[in-house]
Amino acid sequence: MGGSILGNRVIRKEDPKFLTTGGVYVDDLLDEPLLAGAAHVTYVRSTVAHGRITGIDVSDALSAPGVIAVYTAADLELQAMPATFNPGAKRTLLSSDKVRFVGEPVAAVITETREQGEDAAEMVIIDYDVLPVLVDMEEAMTSSTLIFEECGSNVVFDSTALGMPDNTGEAFFEGCEVVVKGRFINQRVAPCPLEVRGSAVAWVDGRLYQWLSTQHAQGAKDGIKAALGLDDAQLRVITPDVGGGFGAKIGVYPEESLLGMMSKKLGRPLCWRETRSESMLGMGHGRAQIQYVTIGGTREGKVLAYQMHVLQDCGAWVDMGTILAPFMTRPMSSAVYAFPKVECRTTSIVTNTTPTTAYRGAGRPEATAAAERAMDMFALEIGKDPVDVRRMNLIPKFLDKHTTVIGQTYDVGDYETALDKVLDAADYKSLRAEQAKRRASGDVKQLGIGVSVYVEITGGVPPMGETAKIEVQENGRAVVYTGTSPHGQGHATAWSMIASDQTGIPMDMIDLVWGDTDLVPVGGGTMGSRSLQQGGAAVNLASIELVDQAKKLAARQLEANEADIELDRDRGVFHVSGTPAIAKTWADLATAAKGDGGLSQESRFTAEGASFPFGAHVAVVEVDTETGKVRHLRHVALDDAGRVLNPLLLEGQIHGGLAQGTAQALLEEVRYDSDGNPITSNLADYAFISAAELPSFEVVHMETPTYLNPLGAKGIGESGTIGSTPAVQSAVVDAVSHLGVKHIDMPTTSERVWAAIMSAKS
Amino acid sequence: MKISVTVNGEKRESEIEPRTLLVQYIRENLALTGTNVGCDTSSCGACSMHLNGEAVKSCTVLAVQADGCDLTTIEGVAKGGKMHPMQEAFMQNHGLQCGSCTPGMVMAAISLLKENPNPTEEQVRLGLEGNLCRCTGYHNIVQSVLACAKGGN
Repeated sequence: MGGSILGNRVIRKEDPKFLTTGGVYVDDLLDEPLLAGAAHVTYVRSTVAHGRITGIDVSDALSAPGVIAVYTAADLELQAMPATFNPGAKRTLLSSDKVRFVGEPVAAVITETREQGEDAAEMVIIDYDVLPVLVDMEEAMTSSTLIFEECGSNVVFDSTALGMPDNTGEAFFEGCEVVVKGRFINQRVAPCPLEVRGSAVAWVDGRLYQWLSTQHAQGAKDGIKAALGLDDAQLRVITPDVGGGFGAKIGVYPEESLLGMMSKKLGRPLCWRETRSESMLGMGHGRAQIQYVTIGGTREGKVLAYQMHVLQDCGAWVDMGTILAPFMTRPMSSAVYAFPKVECRTTSIVTNTTPTTAYRGAGRPEATAAAERAMDMFALEIGKDPVDVRRMNLIPKFLDKHTTVIGQTYDVGDYETALDKVLDAADYKSLRAEQAKRRASGDVKQLGIGVSVYVEITGGVPPMGETAKIEVQENGRAVVYTGTSPHGQGHATAWSMIASDQTGIPMDMIDLVWGDTDLVPVGGGTMGSRSLQQGGAAVNLASIELVDQAKKLAARQLEANEADIELDRDRGVFHVSGTPAIAKTWADLATAAKGDGGLSQESRFTAEGASFPFGAHVAVVEVDTETGKVRHLRHVALDDAGRVLNPLLLEGQIHGGLAQGTAQALLEEVRYDSDGNPITSNLADYAFISAAELPSFEVVHMETPTYLNPLGAKGIGESGTIGSTPAVQSAVVDAVSHLGVKHIDMPTTSERVWAAIMSAKS
Repeated sequence: MKISVTVNGEKRESEIEPRTLLVQYIRENLALTGTNVGCDTSSCGACSMHLNGEAVKSCTVLAVQADGCDLTTIEGVAKGGKMHPMQEAFMQNHGLQCGSCTPGMVMAAISLLKENPNPTEEQVRLGLEGNLCRCTGYHNIVQSVLACAKGGN
């Protein structure tokens, strides 16, 4: 018998299509008969950040070529709906009374062609009474201008209101020899999947079919049902290929919910795909925190107390971004450290900016960045190597539950080994020697070394379980139905590996179905690095149960005891022990089971809890001290995701995370002027990282399996992002710390680095 | 306006609006949807295709400018059911994830090696600067191109 396929570098079975004819994304559904004759939707968006709508004149637009209809909130009789996380915040899906950010949809233009829509949208005239604009969170906290009047405050969510303790202030640091304070900006960034948002709808015999570029069809279905007042049987959400999500395609947006409503009114299928410039305004943004951090300890380097107050920018809606600080950042504020005392309060504030949502890491990168920056500043203050200070404070290795001071229970962790391995791989000592040489010679190009150690939460979104079904057809092919939703992760390959390993059915005989709510009614989608540890575990379980069912069938067919039936995985056949020549194939058994409900198993795997992947990164940068320009020379990353199913896919996830994390540290930032006008609203202005700004990555492997699922797998989708940002930021600061620079906020652009050097000199 | 082009070896004649971009023409008139649109500022390169053998961002070319030209899109790269070595290299090296940037990336990479058959890693990175990818961190894309240049996968 051959070995298991699990753990091998298996190339992806989904690739030939993407490489030869391209994926079929929502914008490529030209052949879908149900969408024949679809009209195009273009949204008219607010051009002011905060204002009362005093009039909407659609008459010119209505007479423009190709225009079929123009709809406002009044035309669609839209009712204001409360936000989940603060019912005082209400809005209609198209703005009716006031607008709260540039890009908010106010009207919809329906045209025969997309180009006509762009032309006609410009002819809709909206009058506003402009209101004072709040772009800055801290100004919004105290301003008498309210973005949602009924909330009574721009602070819409606070951890203390949830019963979490408030911070105690200076007294917390009594007995500390050294106390260091910092105000860190974890800036707003744009997720930027290469495919923007898009959707298409058609009503078929009283049922709405909605094709949607989403990470979670079943969740989207719930959202759209609620917005349209449909019952479960009236809606089918179908996920075509999805060109990336990164968290920003988890929820449903107003632009998507409105389509079914307008299509019904018009009696015509509709399609919508935003432009990139719209996407930069309308798709949720990520991060957007200001962190007030205080760290105190001994001169030797032992941290005694760590305190943080997180201000989370919600943007102009109380959406998912609101709750990431209390539920993702706060629980991770102990990070990898055995700090004896930790406090963290979070305050979420609305501003006149694009609403924030989950973005790769979603709350955990922010927690890590704060802790790692604090450790570096503390180390700098006491004049010790940041690696030594980290080592003194790490939680010792644990292979069973460990609960931190802030109250979060981790599954397994071995942070010091991770740190040791990554330092070895990077040759840390030589790097420090090279740095010392350049410092001594006053080289214009200084070397910076940044180290991070992190832990994060994956698979932590309730209900922490997933459903899978596997059925074998009479031709011997298997179909796996999964509640996860790949958009680049390679589930077709990974889930086939798992099913093939259990059943012996060859990978190329296994097909994957996902994201269609008629075929997969229950599913948690792909987010929060949950897919393998829950969705993969469910496929594993269903496959095991399928083999049991098949053994029973084979026993009957071969007139033998079930206990004597063996599955020969190499051949994919069942036989009685000792008589391999007389065997039943999967096709035989599927045919035999035909009249008896078929050869099919549906299983649900539920994890006992979230898993906590960890790792350590070393970033090496070169900073030109005359211009502030940063070159990212090396990035050594160790990301321990437990047992590895497919190293090829694992590394792909790590690489992507590293690039996005580095992008935040070095380049990317969504910016607004003081009137709330976006000034990074397309890919020419937004500093989306390219190949030219990145090195090749050095990945170091380490596997500490979790006991939370039979695969031993933890999540890997976000880890790279979480470890890389603080390592790179720290490297930049480290390169110029000998010049007196203690901190540089992200993104560490040339301008900021240069300014930091100048101000340290003066 | 009437234009006549050769697309993936096939002669095509069409009546189009003068403002039609080449990418719109390819996607909407010819229904070749392998080529994607990723931005509206000519920044991302997702729409890269070959015009007379050289990679162009087809969102910066008017369809009428391509009149009389020879065009190759991702659909025309594999020959006789066999993938081009660059496609094969992307597959072997996991040079793609969501697939959205992939057609443009492959077209740009083929053009890059035509200009410089033996590039250094840095030359590949600079050569692909105009093609954005959000999934791969570029690492495996660069590996794919280097592997293709070496003649292996």
